[in-house]
Amino acid sequence: MNDIIHYMNDYFAHVFQYQHEIWRAIGETFIMVGISIAAAIILGLPVGTLLFLCRKGQQYENRLLFSILNVLVNIIRSFPFLLLVVIMIPVTRWIVGTSLGTLAAAVPLSVVAVAYYSRLVEQSLLEVPKEVMEAAASMGASTIQMIFKFLYVEARSGLTLGLTTSTISFISYSTVMGIVGGGGVGDFAIRYGYQRFEEEIMTFTVIIMIILVQSIQYGGSLASRLLDKRKV
Amino acid sequence: MMISLQEVSKCFGSGTDRYQAIDAVSLDIKEGSIHGIIGTSGAGKSTLLRMMNLLEKPDSGKVIVNGQELTALGGRELREARRSIGMIFQLFQLVSNRTVWGNVSMPLELAKVPKAERASRVQQVLRFVGLEDKAKSYPAQLSGGQKQRVAIGRALANSPTVLLCDEPTSSLDPQTTADILDVLRHINRTLRVTIVIVSHEMNVVNEICDYVSVIDHGRLIRTYRNHPGDGEAAPMSETSTDGAGETRGFGYHE
Repeated sequence: MNDIIHYMNDYFAHVFQYQHEIWRAIGETFIMVGISIAAAIILGLPVGTLLFLCRKGQQYENRLLFSILNVLVNIIRSFPFLLLVVIMIPVTRWIVGTSLGTLAAAVPLSVVAVAYYSRLVEQSLLEVPKEVMEAAASMGASTIQMIFKFLYVEARSGLTLGLTTSTISFISYSTVMGIVGGGGVGDFAIRYGYQRFEEEIMTFTVIIMIILVQSIQYGGSLASRLLDKRKV
Repeated sequence: MMISLQEVSKCFGSGTDRYQAIDAVSLDIKEGSIHGIIGTSGAGKSTLLRMMNLLEKPDSGKVIVNGQELTALGGRELREARRSIGMIFQLFQLVSNRTVWGNVSMPLELAKVPKAERASRVQQVLRFVGLEDKAKSYPAQLSGGQKQRVAIGRALANSPTVLLCDEPTSSLDPQTTADILDVLRHINRTLRVTIVIVSHEMNVVNEICDYVSVIDHGRLIRTYRNHPGDGEAAPMSETSTDGAGETRGFGYHE
């Protein structure tokens, strides 16, 4: 056991020289992913809800709106992510004033986040039994009340799991943000580990990522389970 | 008349699949009565019931409840009107991620009743349906009969004048069916709530209804006077003594 610890110490000794850079990179990843999560909730949730409500056979069936949203979400999701980042540069510049840096990187990431999460929201809402909506209508619920007091309440564990899955994807997407100077853990691994042939830095970064993803998945699954009262 | 359907019709489907679910039905429901609607499955009885709170909008005809023509109301007014028309369903249709308390409190929240008033009303209703000790339970932890009691409590929370029941006992065993019918009868007697029950079970209708309408192929065949409790059905209520909290707690003061 001691041997392993000693070996690890030696192996990673070099890594600790970069403590500041590593912390900074982790911070940048958190900023990018955090903004994307916010975008997913603030915009992705309503878009997904609209997709659900406007669907054929649903209460507010609206072919036109559904088609527009559906196609838009599909287009965004079919872009190779790097291309989307590049193509969005003018939009990014218009929104944050620059196309470089962590904040700028958060823009394309957020766009993907909205498209990605809205799909998962739509799927979660489709699992809510239609009868629940009927009960809501019989009680005189308004549309807003139906969404917040019935739909989201019944779908909350699915919505939570979806957000967990999304967050993990956002982390993965964020690793290529070095291309627009977004920084982050992935960028750090590429520049210090790959381009400078410092293998232990890559290893260390991968370990950080694994721990991060595992904890998010664990937390998300736990929350989803605690929120789910549909079965005993 | 509490409820009056006037020449209501409804078609479902389109093209060759098109069929007449309800065909020019006129039906009056007396205030304070328990009115049964019976028919085979697919006869259109549930559709007819759903027209009484406009969950199903008739293609033509008028629906009048409590002197208000529902078919003439706009969205907001209709929602208001629905608050005084309670409804329960075969599969209960509770919000499974809300507690018993939360479910009963729901219609009061929708009507924006202040919190303190809401709490005392929920308490009162739970006592009425005999589920005070289950307030913190989730629907998945309850038996079928208890779930239907929660649904009844939810329907009563807003003190409705009408209670629509769509196959309320069809997924319950005979014992629990008798219990639920007792509760419905009690609601009718003590709260003077007009009750409409859709069922395919003749014994349910015989047991409780003052009037019975027979529906077939979307048409009203006939309506007749029934004398509930006649014959063998009457002693049913006396057997309903098992199950914690199932039969007690009817001390209700409006």
